[in-house]
Amino acid sequence: MASENGNLVELRDVHKIYRRDRIEIPVLQGVNLNVKQGEFLALMGPSGSGKSTLLNLIAGIDLPTKGEVRVAGESLGTLASERLSRWRARHVGFIFQLYNLIPVLTAAQNVELPLLLTRLSGKERRDRVKLALELVSLADRDNHYPRMLSGGEEQRVAIARAIVADPTLLVADEPTGDLDAKNATEILTLLKRLNEELKKTIIMVTHDPHAAERAHVTVHLDKGVLAP
Amino acid sequence: MGIPISYNIRNLYARRVSTTLTALGIALVAWVFIFTLALAGGFQAALRSTGSRDNVIVTRSGSTAELTSIIARETASVIAGQPEIARAPDGTPLVTSELVVLWNLERKNGTPTNVVVRGVTSKSIPLRPNVHLAEGRMFRPGLDEIVVGKLASARFAHCSVGDRLKLAGRQWTIVGMIDAGGTAFDSEIWGDVELFMPMFDRPVYQSVTFRLDDRSHFGAIQKRLEADPRMSVQVKREDEFYAAQSEALSALLRGLGIFVTLIMALGAVFGALNTMYAAVGSRTKEIGTLLALGFSRRSVLASFLLESILLASFGGILGCLLALPVSGFTTSTMNFASFSEIAFRFRVTPSMLLSGIAFAAIMGAVGGFFPARKAARRAIIEALREA
Amino acid sequence: MKFVRLVLANLMRAKRRTFLTVFSIAIALFLFCTLRTVITSFEASLRASNASRLIVRHASSLVFPLPLSYKERIAQVAGVAGVSYGNWFGGYYQNPKNQFAQFAVDISTFFDLFPEVLLQPAEKDAFRSERTACIVGRGLAKKYGWKIGDQIPIIGTIFPGEWRLTVRGIYAGETRDTDENTIFFHWDYLNESLPDVRKNQVGIYWVKIASADMAAAASRSVDALFENSSQPTKTETEKAFQAGFISMIGNVQLLLSILGSAIVFAIMLVTINTMMMAARERTTEIAILKTIGFTDRLVLLLVGGEALLLSLLGGALGCGLAAIVFHESDFTAGGFFPNFRVLPETIGLGLVLAAVMGVLSGLVPAVQAGRLKIANALRKVV
Repeated sequence: MASENGNLVELRDVHKIYRRDRIEIPVLQGVNLNVKQGEFLALMGPSGSGKSTLLNLIAGIDLPTKGEVRVAGESLGTLASERLSRWRARHVGFIFQLYNLIPVLTAAQNVELPLLLTRLSGKERRDRVKLALELVSLADRDNHYPRMLSGGEEQRVAIARAIVADPTLLVADEPTGDLDAKNATEILTLLKRLNEELKKTIIMVTHDPHAAERAHVTVHLDKGVLAP
Repeated sequence: MGIPISYNIRNLYARRVSTTLTALGIALVAWVFIFTLALAGGFQAALRSTGSRDNVIVTRSGSTAELTSIIARETASVIAGQPEIARAPDGTPLVTSELVVLWNLERKNGTPTNVVVRGVTSKSIPLRPNVHLAEGRMFRPGLDEIVVGKLASARFAHCSVGDRLKLAGRQWTIVGMIDAGGTAFDSEIWGDVELFMPMFDRPVYQSVTFRLDDRSHFGAIQKRLEADPRMSVQVKREDEFYAAQSEALSALLRGLGIFVTLIMALGAVFGALNTMYAAVGSRTKEIGTLLALGFSRRSVLASFLLESILLASFGGILGCLLALPVSGFTTSTMNFASFSEIAFRFRVTPSMLLSGIAFAAIMGAVGGFFPARKAARRAIIEALREA
Repeated sequence: MKFVRLVLANLMRAKRRTFLTVFSIAIALFLFCTLRTVITSFEASLRASNASRLIVRHASSLVFPLPLSYKERIAQVAGVAGVSYGNWFGGYYQNPKNQFAQFAVDISTFFDLFPEVLLQPAEKDAFRSERTACIVGRGLAKKYGWKIGDQIPIIGTIFPGEWRLTVRGIYAGETRDTDENTIFFHWDYLNESLPDVRKNQVGIYWVKIASADMAAAASRSVDALFENSSQPTKTETEKAFQAGFISMIGNVQLLLSILGSAIVFAIMLVTINTMMMAARERTTEIAILKTIGFTDRLVLLLVGGEALLLSLLGGALGCGLAAIVFHESDFTAGGFFPNFRVLPETIGLGLVLAAVMGVLSGLVPAVQAGRLKIANALRKVV
């Protein structure tokens, strides 16, 4: 999984340019980054600095205009769309700012979604979902719909969904951005636990310094470049 | 104060694709509506207007069609001598005794069909105000010449002016074409009755038709003839006689048409409902703004309702435009009373078109009412918040 | 299979919209089945026609009869295994509106030529032995409440006067398509009541051939016998004869097909519109699924599958409703369709049509979902 020097994620001279009509907007301008396996990294920067874009590239949601993104031994740019999807299913758990649970599914059904892409049997899937929900302390709310859950609970379900398939890497984009202080602390504690007890590698984008404190490493992104 | 119509029109245009699809759906329903009306109407018009109110047709008692009727020569003479019969300009009575048989002919595409062949007299055309010679000339009595109806000419093989047709073992030359205004006679072939009788080996007539000198005299002559012990006949007004033949089939066609259209309209209303609910849903913020600005709930309701009706009416007009080409199309079906093929024209009348548009508008009103009401009911704050 | 729950859950997202769409598709297919049944009912007589039976009639017109003397000569033609004859009576019961088929038939040969007319042996004997007896079909007996022993008056139009016939049997048809709405009575009874000049004239000959593949040859031979006489014949299979009638109604079938197509097309437009509207609401969700790792193809199938499921549900509802409503019902549209029932093929065709509608209506949203770029969709929210 990791390369010889223990890096799970390696970015080499990564550029990303968005094209809107005829205008080119450079978002990332030569980013180099290494993330070790088991690390908890916080990615900070002002609004518009390209943090989310960088996260998307690492998660294989987007492809760089130039440069190489290596995650879990694969150079993401070389993968065809379908293989990339499958890779992502296996290796990445994504946590969004706005929980993005599917409203017509219960908590358990939401958590089950990534498992639908595996070959596990119905029973196996149910067992894993139960485990994941227990991990986030919501086992008793498994058949509730998102609208019946509080903001903090929704985010915990989202986290359960992100880890249920045992991904190599957890990626979180402003996970506490929409929560109050108490809930935010809960979520961050949970993430810390996942990193320390389950050894999950976590890359988190945040603009909250308190959140960044919980991480091992913090890097700053400004105008598309990592601060030295 | 009401919300201006331009608001609705702009919104319909902004959701062009959705508007077009829904309008097309409603257009098709309107089209089906007009189509079936035109079909049933055309068929019934063909048969109903075949007969005239001033004429009387005498057939054998119990016959539903001329084909099954038999009127002997002597009987025909007695009938022709009745005093209530109108006179032609030359003083002779306006009465004709005719022979009717079914004949096997080929359509232009080669398939066989049954056609009405009628033995007529010199009074046959004068008696029928909607029949006149359209091409060529009338046949000369005593010669093997015949004329054909214009729809017969269009549908059957070897039936044009100048062709020769084989009937009863003899070749007949078609010397003319009659135009019967889209009625049953347009599908027939006419020849000299005195020649036909021996040729078809039928020394009897099928019917006697005459013009009444006064419509009110019908009752008297009907009573007298039907009571006459020398003959066993039934006396009917010519238009009612032919109309009765079409009753069953046109009732079926019309019933089918209404059934289909009503149910289809239900489907279209569901479609309109879906569209309008979606429209209301996507314009929640606008509605909140309108309400906050001071427009009353009633005007919001009216506005959405109007939008739905506009959309549907647009579809209705489209449907009418699509239906216009249908008018004049010739088709044919079986006259079950005489087992013959009768051709008729689709008739699209202005009232049918107006009905189509009205029908569409009603669909729009029904389909728009509930969404409009929902739009009007939304609380302002709730609407503004949901963005 | 495990994805079905996801698809279903999505359909339940907007219940009202789902129900409206399913119902409008159900309506379209109900209408389609009904119209198609009108067409298949017209063709019922074709399905019931006996492949080993020929019809011989006057070549020029249905109205002209053939001499009784033709019977012997027809019987001698190669391939002919039996000959019977009859006259279309064309009368009505009580009221000119009550019209149905009546045939005066030759008793001695009738049952040999018409094995599909099923009667109890006792009824058969009673019918045979009484000159003024008649047998009526089950459908007619049910409609007018006739029982064995009833004397029914038929008013003749071709053969005028009131004819009193006694019901001595009620027959059933061998198959579901066999006509059960005819009255058969003695040809001899009709013949002896006619004036001399109209005696011994047959309206139609029925010919039984040894095997169905001899039909064409036998027909030609029969016609050849009489082609130069003053009463030439036209011989064809029963199926061809029925088809000739149907072709006269023929155009109406085409029109009904046009109607059916217009209906289906209209509803499909409505469904496409609905699917597209629904799809627009789901862009973020599609993006989420793709983030989790759902491939483009899987997402396309899920969205397309939703449309297909909706349409199949509507189709099953509509076709099922048609089958139930017209099953064994008394609906005959005023006597036009004695046997108005929805055939299994019609239902099958309806379901296929629903499936096609589903695929077509879901095509655009499905392709769009497949093509959705996660980053573009998410940028709106995140």
